[in-house]
Amino acid sequence: MSARNLSLIYTLAWRNVWRNHRRTFVVLVAIAFGIWSMATLAAIMRGMIEQQVRNAINNLTGHIQVHAVGYRDDPVVDNSMPPPGPDMVEVLRGEHVRAWSTRVRVPAVVASERESAGVTLVGIDPEAEQGLSFIEKAVTEGRYLESPGDHGVLLGRKLAERLETSLGKRVVLMSQDVDNEIADRGFRVVGIFDANMEATETGYVFTGRSVAQEMLRLGENISELALVARDRQDLSAVLQLLVRVAPELDIQPWTKLEPLLVLTVKMYEATMLIWFVVVFLAMSFGLINTLLMAVFERTREIGLFQALGMRPGFLLSQVLLESLTVLMIGLVMGNVLAWATIASLADGLNLSAFAEGLEWAGISSVIYPLISASDVISANLLVVVLGIVASLYPAWRAARRVPVEAITRI
Amino acid sequence: MSITLRLAWRNIWRHPRRTLLTSSAIAFAAAILVFMVTLQRSSYDKMIDFTLRVYHGHLQVQPEGYLDKPQIRNTIPDARSLASHIRRLSGSASLAVRAMGFALASSKERSYGVQVLGVETENESQVSTIPGLARKGRFLSSGDAQEAIIGYLLARNLKLDVGGELTLLGTGRDGSVAATVVPVVGIFKSGSADLDRQLVQLPLGAFQDVFSMGNHGHTIVVVGESLEHLEELQRVVRSGLPPGSSLVVLNWEALLPGLKQAIQMDWVSGWFLYASLIIIVSFSILNTFLMSVFERTREFGIMLALGARPGRIGVLVIVEAVWLTLLGLAVGVLIGTATVIYFHIYGFSYPGMEELAAHYNMPAVIHLALSPLSLTLGPAVILLVTFAAALYPALRIRLLKPVDAMKAV
Repeated sequence: MSARNLSLIYTLAWRNVWRNHRRTFVVLVAIAFGIWSMATLAAIMRGMIEQQVRNAINNLTGHIQVHAVGYRDDPVVDNSMPPPGPDMVEVLRGEHVRAWSTRVRVPAVVASERESAGVTLVGIDPEAEQGLSFIEKAVTEGRYLESPGDHGVLLGRKLAERLETSLGKRVVLMSQDVDNEIADRGFRVVGIFDANMEATETGYVFTGRSVAQEMLRLGENISELALVARDRQDLSAVLQLLVRVAPELDIQPWTKLEPLLVLTVKMYEATMLIWFVVVFLAMSFGLINTLLMAVFERTREIGLFQALGMRPGFLLSQVLLESLTVLMIGLVMGNVLAWATIASLADGLNLSAFAEGLEWAGISSVIYPLISASDVISANLLVVVLGIVASLYPAWRAARRVPVEAITRI
Repeated sequence: MSITLRLAWRNIWRHPRRTLLTSSAIAFAAAILVFMVTLQRSSYDKMIDFTLRVYHGHLQVQPEGYLDKPQIRNTIPDARSLASHIRRLSGSASLAVRAMGFALASSKERSYGVQVLGVETENESQVSTIPGLARKGRFLSSGDAQEAIIGYLLARNLKLDVGGELTLLGTGRDGSVAATVVPVVGIFKSGSADLDRQLVQLPLGAFQDVFSMGNHGHTIVVVGESLEHLEELQRVVRSGLPPGSSLVVLNWEALLPGLKQAIQMDWVSGWFLYASLIIIVSFSILNTFLMSVFERTREFGIMLALGARPGRIGVLVIVEAVWLTLLGLAVGVLIGTATVIYFHIYGFSYPGMEELAAHYNMPAVIHLALSPLSLTLGPAVILLVTFAAALYPALRIRLLKPVDAMKAV
């Protein structure tokens, strides 16, 4: 088909679209609404997924963790490892890694004068935790730890309430040291932190890393090394480097550390795709119907075209082009609307009415919708491709008309 | 009126293809809604039932303030007599007394902070599934037996097996030291990581001894026959409390606010999806009716000229819309219900669910419940919305002038 023919078909298709502008408008609104709901929902869901993943990563997981073999099964002081050697440090200071830190992380009991509770004691290097975990920004009362040798502890707000203790008071931490003896030590509460999840507030107690090492008689040994890489999706390079310098250690990416999270993400994505198809199908009924109506009311005209020598293929492409035009205009409208909706929600969609339910799913109560190029593309592509497929039937009906029969029909 | 019905029925079949397509759209939406709403509601019931039966029960009697701050000195005096008093009042409900404390649990090699729960060995199995979930060994034998069962994660962390000795060290109700050494007789897996990681159960008598509780307890767990009559049960239980006591009766929504909200959240977001589906379908109906009104301008003009009032023609158009919708709904509900019945018998599962379900000790297959409300809720909403969509074309008829309309092409 020559370029001139193409431009002729296009002119015809474009004019046909606007012959019944009210009808076209209703179809456009339906398509725009459909794509709007797809894109908006995808952005909200994507935002929820992203938040879940980020929360998990922030919650002391990081992108990659290094442990002594056996620690993940039995997270105790026995399964500790020496601090990273020079080779490892070189990898960690390399271009792939954004932040890294070493930690002591063991089960412990914290007791105030009145109550006690089981917690995880985390000895951290306060400066290195910046950009690695939530704790650096989470202290809302008192102060953050100042150095690995800081003797203060940070308690979660909920835990402080349960223990009936507060800033400036003393608590006792008990855990097992390397000789299986109970090590205990008094600490002053120097900071209270708030976290997204209640479980985080009640589950962790932070102190300086060297202080924890000294209390547990670990020497220089650590329980965990966590790092955040430049790109969460592409960890294979760093993983390879790490495994090469430390083959004897257990090195795991977040996808292995949080398998349930990965499964949840997959399920979200599957749900989203199914939903795209359902919305599209609902839309396609309207689209096919409108095109069919348009074809049938033009029966005479189509017959005339054919009598004058227009080939069926020409008519077929004309109807398809008509459908494509409507689809494209609808898509542009829908995408613009979706973008506007998402932009207006940039400050977050506040769902605090369901805060505790969301916490169950590991989501914070304010959701920040996230436009992902792949979601938008897959929604649009799905509508265009399947839309054209759905238009094949009306287009075929148009091309099939026998000229004489068509012209004589009233 | 009957002539309007018949006229409308004939009118919609003037364009059989268009009618079929439009009602297919409605049928499609209705079938999806019937299936999805039923699936949602069935999984909620299952989720609630499963979650509550593991540990929390339907209702709990607790001292005021205990829920927020579970302190060992905040107790229910003479808890077992109170429980049997309520049991007599409530008839069929199951009750069990529990007492709870915090302790440092140690094996030879390891120590962890744990929650120690004293349970009535003879009643606990009626309110909680944990006694039946022993992966190894057995449940506690009698009220005063010096023995314990523990969660499998705790067992792994403590490196303890059945027969191993567990040392508990905590604080009793009067502030004294509570210490005991008991053999582990069973290891359970409840599916809740929290319980499996930090729960130790002792017989109530042994717990009361060790923690200097006397005859006091901390909660009375109540499980009724079903969730439907919960409010009534709550009233009965409340009436059984001693007058002037500071005890409160909490239902599962108060005990586990997260569960309730997670369900509401899912329900609301589900309806957000359904609303988009219904709106898109109703556009297709709106279009069909706009067309059917415009192409009949001449005909309506003649009808008006013959003396039909615009209102009557409007009603005709709306009846056509209702016919069309009902046709679609009938097919949709039929297909949806058939699907639901199929999954009611054979169970529904989706990829990935098995892994998730296994993690939470939930069944991997949902047998959809047949409930009239679930089956009709979606279609009813569709009927309402399509009715609204047909109103606009119907009202446009009022604008027609007979003479101009008859001249229309």
